[in-house]
Amino acid sequence: MPLSECSLEMLQYLRLKSVDELFEDIPKDVRTDGLKLPDGMGELELRRELEAMMSANKPASSMPSFLGAGIYNHFIPAAVKTIISRSEFITAYTPYQPEISQGMLQSLFEYQSFMAELTAMDVVNSSMYDASTALGEAVLMAHRISGGDKFLISRTISPEKKEVAKVYARGADIRLVEVGYDAITGQVDLADLKSKLGDSVAGFYFETPNFLGPVETKWQEIRSALDNKTLVVGVNPMALALLRPPGEMGADIVVGDAQVFGTSMSLGGPTIGIFGCRSEHVRKMPGRLIGMTTDIEGRAAYCMTLQTREQHIRRSKATSNICTNEALLALAAASYLALVGKSGLREIAKKNIENMRSLSSRIAAIKGFEAPRFKSHHFNEFVVTSEASSDKIHKKLLAKVVHDGFILDRAFPELKNSTLYATTEMHSKADHDKLVSALEAVG
Amino acid sequence: MRYHQAVHDVPLLFEACEKPSPEREFDPTLGGLLPKELVRDDLDIPDLPERDVVKHFVNLSQMNFGIDNGLYPLGSCTMKYNPKVCDEIVSWHTVADIHPLQDPSTIQGALRLMHELEMMLCEVAGMDAVTLQPAAGAHGEYTGVHIVKAFHEANGERRNEVILPDTAHGTNPASAAMVGYDVLDLPSKDGCVDVEALKSSVSKDTAAFMLTNPNTLGLFEKNVKEIAGILHDAGALLYYDGANLNAIMGKTSPGKMDFDIVHFNLHKTFATPHGGGGPGAGPVGVRKRLEEYLPVPRIVEKAGMYSLDYNRPKSIGKVRAFFGNYAVLVRAYAYIKMLGGKGLVSATENAVLNSNYLKERLKDDFELPYGNLRKHEFVLSGRPLKSKGLRTLDFAKRLLDYGFHAPTIYFPLIVDEAIMIEPTETESRETLDKFVDACKAILKEDPQLLHDAPVNTARRRLDEAKAARDMIFSWRAYQKKLESGNGKA
Repeated sequence: MPLSECSLEMLQYLRLKSVDELFEDIPKDVRTDGLKLPDGMGELELRRELEAMMSANKPASSMPSFLGAGIYNHFIPAAVKTIISRSEFITAYTPYQPEISQGMLQSLFEYQSFMAELTAMDVVNSSMYDASTALGEAVLMAHRISGGDKFLISRTISPEKKEVAKVYARGADIRLVEVGYDAITGQVDLADLKSKLGDSVAGFYFETPNFLGPVETKWQEIRSALDNKTLVVGVNPMALALLRPPGEMGADIVVGDAQVFGTSMSLGGPTIGIFGCRSEHVRKMPGRLIGMTTDIEGRAAYCMTLQTREQHIRRSKATSNICTNEALLALAAASYLALVGKSGLREIAKKNIENMRSLSSRIAAIKGFEAPRFKSHHFNEFVVTSEASSDKIHKKLLAKVVHDGFILDRAFPELKNSTLYATTEMHSKADHDKLVSALEAVG
Repeated sequence: MRYHQAVHDVPLLFEACEKPSPEREFDPTLGGLLPKELVRDDLDIPDLPERDVVKHFVNLSQMNFGIDNGLYPLGSCTMKYNPKVCDEIVSWHTVADIHPLQDPSTIQGALRLMHELEMMLCEVAGMDAVTLQPAAGAHGEYTGVHIVKAFHEANGERRNEVILPDTAHGTNPASAAMVGYDVLDLPSKDGCVDVEALKSSVSKDTAAFMLTNPNTLGLFEKNVKEIAGILHDAGALLYYDGANLNAIMGKTSPGKMDFDIVHFNLHKTFATPHGGGGPGAGPVGVRKRLEEYLPVPRIVEKAGMYSLDYNRPKSIGKVRAFFGNYAVLVRAYAYIKMLGGKGLVSATENAVLNSNYLKERLKDDFELPYGNLRKHEFVLSGRPLKSKGLRTLDFAKRLLDYGFHAPTIYFPLIVDEAIMIEPTETESRETLDKFVDACKAILKEDPQLLHDAPVNTARRRLDEAKAARDMIFSWRAYQKKLESGNGKA
């Protein structure tokens, strides 16, 4: 491309004849000659091309979806977008200069405050990449707290998280051992847990509501079985609007995903990993922390703190390598929670439970279907077991323009012909009707 | 002084007086749907009108500085302007409202976009295959080092050491350590890799050498081919930290330089906004012989249809749930489409031109260690400030008063009082000249003004020691502290 006049002047200032001279330090044998990519295009042309390409997708807005399994379709108030689209927020880097970055720093402190309140934990950091990597980091932190080269992990977690946890554990030479679930309640099998505990165990991870939908009720027994080992609890923070928080259940570390608060599904990313812990463990924690302080005039102010845990200071001795996190999504979560408030959040959570109850009983009434599969309390997800094969149902629903739930057969072969359905406040009665009549037609 | 940041008195949301709304109260057990012992007692979240919430955050935003506000020459962070159309595209229903577990037939557009983006990144980096799964640059490094480990293990080797130059980003050693490697720091010579020292450090225990090229001083490592040869002869791999990729697009490539593994920072090179700290995306590219280790699933194209392949027995597994930070990937794709091949090369040329221009105009006012020709960034030493009782920190804080974000400071560690400046290609000469004027003016100012800086920002210097001492990370903790009688924090 021809250089602008300004660029030519700058070259002259540098006493250079051409731009090529700026790249003279690159030895000839490693030079390349441009890029074999098509020419650029204008904004209008780009939009047309992408609109056409994206029209091959079938979004939940055009076709009711009963998928959850870690990513949820919740309503997002318009003001969330207004707030996170502010240039000053979205185009900022990490707030390394706190004096000029108070807006983001205070917002992140407010995010930490919302999460600390919901989870009842002393400290929640300003975000991890997502729930799966937060779990991976929690396994490493449990090892730092309690020692031991084994970590117990409930079977009722998503296959995606399990795969990620495995990679994180492998990096630190930690062995993951699975703890089974009760076939009737779908909750942690206490006897199995107790039989697997031992000196070499660092801790235990379970979720509530767990991946199959049940809300765990035996947390007191779990806590006492673990003794002083590290208890890591996974949460759906939306459910914490109503449920007893993990901080009151003896959790040492809490992880989860705040995507449910104001972030769209976007094919599963970006989302935002929640990571909280008790204050006595804060120095072993990964991720950025925003702390409250004052400026030299005594005004309240916020800054990144306890950075000696982090990679830019501690390098190979850091608690984690994380640098870039999900700050903008923390802002989305803080603005979402501020907008819906306590009353709104509780109503949304209630609507989720009501929709779950209503949909599961309607499915249970269809011949050949059992729902919910497990005898427990649920939030907004539940397992449906059918006489017909899951794949057959999946194909039928697709033909009827309905996104089926998540088929469990592959990750949970013991749950033959089972599918995990999620329903949120986004579903109207018409959406439920559509699913129910499609299932009835399976026969 | 032309710049004044807004100063609003914005109390925490939690400090607002809560208006009780009894008509909205309901039985939290939902008439017995939930047992009492599972239900929480209280939730200290305020109920606020939308009007107040928007005011709160808009006022906070005015106390924040982004690239849209002005020059943000944060070295190694590539803060270029982000085209707005990219942000709009990701809000379309067909982009935002799709679920990662949908039947692949219903996400063909998304799969195609990701597949094409993989190809584009392969071309830029000279690699054979790319995974888009890692969520950030450091996460890409982590993925890359896992691939290193899997590769050696598949060859029946247990190598336990990763070597890094002392100019490396902090994430490099941290990522290597998280995968279980011992980290060996290699002291630089004249700002570049000391090839002789490298030769004597490499052994049968060396798993990989991680390198940024151009390095964090903005210098091109001319001996890169020789370095690659040393590593490869020892059976080790060469890892490319892509943080500085903006300096070389179309001029050379990691592949051409014989690197084996590369990570990209889409939020740097490919203009996706950094969101005040994230999200980013950190795709990883590899050579053919390492493709089988990439995370699953792989996106496979056959006759125009895209599907997901999980059947990769040698894969390291998954580093993140689902496909990675898709909405960031879409923005990067749109950016590359708009610029095209020639546009990307031009971006690199202008980034390097801007950097050298700025360097030339500032080098006599500071010190410029290690040679002259730089790539996309340069590192000055603020050592001359010391004679006035000043430090680089004071200079950086004073720049804020002039409406410029500060450069990266005190990095890389081998430069005393380092000032690391990366202007990027999207800044005009006029802006660069204004920045130079500001720098020169600051150097002539009464040192006390620098000690006192900043004064035109929403807050003045913070008591960071107090933040570390008090450890107040939430409203909840703040309330506890007040209750425990320690007075106002």
